[in-house]
Amino acid sequence: MADAAIHGHDHQDTRGFFTRWFMSTNHKDIGILYLIVSAFIGLISVSFTVYMRMELMNPGVQYMCLEGARFLVDNSTECTPNGHLWNVMITYHGILMMFFVVIPALFGGFGNYLMPLQIGAPDMAFPRLNNLSFWMYVAGTSLGVASLLSPGGNGQLGSGVGWVLYPPLSVNEGGMSMDLAIFAVHVSGASSILGAINMITTFLNMRAPGMTLFKVPLFSWSIFVTAWLILLSLPVLAGAITMLLTDRNFGTTFFDPAGGGDPILYQHILWFFGHPEVYIIILPGFGIISHVIATFSRKPIFGYLPMVWAMIAIGVLGFVVWAHHMYTVGLSLNQQSYFMLATMVIAVPTGVKVFSWIATMWGGSIEFKTPMLWAFGFLFLFTVGGVTGVVLSQAGVDRAYHDTYYVVAHFHYVMSLGAVFAIFAGIYFYFGKITGRQYPEWAGKLHFWAMFIGANLTFFPQHFLGRQGMPRRYIDYPEQFAQWNFWSSIGAFLSFASFIFFIGIVAYTLRKGAKITENNYWNEYADTLEWTVSCPPPEHTFEILPKQEDWDHSHNH
Amino acid sequence: MMAHEKNHDYHILTPSVWPLLGALSGFILFFGAVLYFHDSGPWLMLIGLAGVLYVMFGWWSEVVEESHVGDHTPVVQIGLRYGVIFFIMSEVMFFAAWFWSFFKHAMYPMGPDSPLVDGVWPPVGIETFDPWHLPLINTLILLLSGTAATWAHHALVHENNRKDMKWGLIIAIVLGAFFTVLQIYEYSHATFGFSGNIYGANFFMATGFHGFHVLVGTIFLFICLMRLNAGHFTQKNHIGFEAAAWYWHFVDVVWLFLFAAVYIWGA
Repeated sequence: MADAAIHGHDHQDTRGFFTRWFMSTNHKDIGILYLIVSAFIGLISVSFTVYMRMELMNPGVQYMCLEGARFLVDNSTECTPNGHLWNVMITYHGILMMFFVVIPALFGGFGNYLMPLQIGAPDMAFPRLNNLSFWMYVAGTSLGVASLLSPGGNGQLGSGVGWVLYPPLSVNEGGMSMDLAIFAVHVSGASSILGAINMITTFLNMRAPGMTLFKVPLFSWSIFVTAWLILLSLPVLAGAITMLLTDRNFGTTFFDPAGGGDPILYQHILWFFGHPEVYIIILPGFGIISHVIATFSRKPIFGYLPMVWAMIAIGVLGFVVWAHHMYTVGLSLNQQSYFMLATMVIAVPTGVKVFSWIATMWGGSIEFKTPMLWAFGFLFLFTVGGVTGVVLSQAGVDRAYHDTYYVVAHFHYVMSLGAVFAIFAGIYFYFGKITGRQYPEWAGKLHFWAMFIGANLTFFPQHFLGRQGMPRRYIDYPEQFAQWNFWSSIGAFLSFASFIFFIGIVAYTLRKGAKITENNYWNEYADTLEWTVSCPPPEHTFEILPKQEDWDHSHNH
Repeated sequence: MMAHEKNHDYHILTPSVWPLLGALSGFILFFGAVLYFHDSGPWLMLIGLAGVLYVMFGWWSEVVEESHVGDHTPVVQIGLRYGVIFFIMSEVMFFAAWFWSFFKHAMYPMGPDSPLVDGVWPPVGIETFDPWHLPLINTLILLLSGTAATWAHHALVHENNRKDMKWGLIIAIVLGAFFTVLQIYEYSHATFGFSGNIYGANFFMATGFHGFHVLVGTIFLFICLMRLNAGHFTQKNHIGFEAAAWYWHFVDVVWLFLFAAVYIWGA
């Protein structure tokens, strides 16, 4: 394989700590920073869910009391339910996961690290802008955390308006918390838009000689499509939340009927962003899964070209289905019919992807290494989430399911069990590449099974709760919902334990993990360019651009 | 830095502190803005703003310097052009939100019996501007300014005529500034307020964000004029000017939509 000199192994890294990590213009280092920060924010956001599931484990309010938040049940003193605290928990869990964990991890982290490697580019098109994206993400995160800790509604800290920030609730919420949250979304949105500009330009302008568009690896394609969704949808959200901001602070009446405004307008504009956002979150996952499944089935991916076009189709369709989040707001029958039909059409390209993954495995020599377990789990669970999505897409059925736990179960199956499983598949697949050390296989598998069982135990019963009519976003519930809520909480605790275990795996592997000596530690079906560089790769990769034979394995396809 | 062997023309940058400083200033700016909204004085916000402007100046000065030492090879120039185009596309989508609000309220105005019976547009009691007076003049001014920018562009690219380019830029800038002045004059004569009514909200936010973009575009062109006087820009290498011209045309087009939709149709 390519020898050391070609990829610049002999170069000595002379950068100091501050220069390397705070002034970086290096796509790999910036990718690592994204992954670290998003993991940290993920931990915060996940710990919120543990507290929420503690509260929901049994009927009645035991922990979130107005007299003070508790971590232990104390029956001897009075506990007045603190609905605001509950609302704050669900709001920040949503905002953090949406804007500060999943997009940064998949698009910022893996996108930055792998896309230039896969297309044989020496770095991103705009390396400094890349770092601005990262630091604006940190600035946005800081504003988000400041929002959580500053005076908000009900004379308490934080805003309890739900991550969608619907008016009039978000306009009337007191204090500066809500304004900080709005700016947090602005800044992180700007960060993502700059990142998207960078990714698209890199993809179009810096592919290795001979790498025509339809020879680009699927993960890079997924990042390219995702970048377009970000570029075209996030500015629209910026407009909507700017309207919120002026409604709150300067007396405009965009969403206030008393001044001729319309609160439903906010929902339209929000979901015009919000639905593409769903695909922004999942598409990079699709990309990672494609590589993992091909590698561990020892077969090239089935139907490369349909896979690419399916992603493009999902991206395009993602822009024209937004109002299926709003069936109950009083849309006309024609509108509902259209959005229902358009939504169901998305199942077609998604089906193309799912069946292509299955066809890739068909007749393959499947090896259930940790990344493959995660990919397999992803495939199964994402399909469950996709199928409940088709159920919910029906306007009539949605009448019954709207704002119930059925919806909560659905979107956690595609996100918590879809996108997050894809993130873990990617982490285990590339951990050795990024760090040069390999995790203990048994530990990765244990993590998978704990999380797989835990997440399913958390969210599968929520389908039942939703069908029984349990509404989402409530701190308490009647006795008849008790049983499945109990099991759901047990599942959440197990998932959390698996996450803590994962942090342990990372800490152990970084210090004591087996050193990796080969460039490609899986097999010859991991045949993209990132597998031709050392583990970890040198500071600068592809200073000598790769030759076509380094990456073009079209005889395989 | 060690000298590396490389066989590509891409621009590999050395570490830079600007992004960190920029994001930090941005944080201070927005945090300060929230404090300002909640009656704590504008000082933190202004410090943040100063930081952002300083970073813009320092960062972009560096970019100009890099262009002079030849880092902007043909392939890097293509990348920079892509970058500007995608940035403008994201701006277009930002305006989409404001037009969305405008069209929603203009086509389905809220009334006492909404949504069964729509209200009226413009809302009762709102006296709108006559589009064929000041707004038409402003339209012509902005279009003329765009024409002058194009003249400057042609003068550089086709004739390398720096004198014509200079005059083209000066005309474009002066007309741009004149547009802003007339817009302020118009604002001050509005019979409807910014707050409390949906017409004013839509009108001032849409034309206001456009006005902000005019201001930015004018400054951008002015910087190009300064750089021209300093001897920058060649027939082959003038990305900064090209970006300013594209941005200016984008601002033009947004105005045409505002003029047609908000001023003419919406009145």
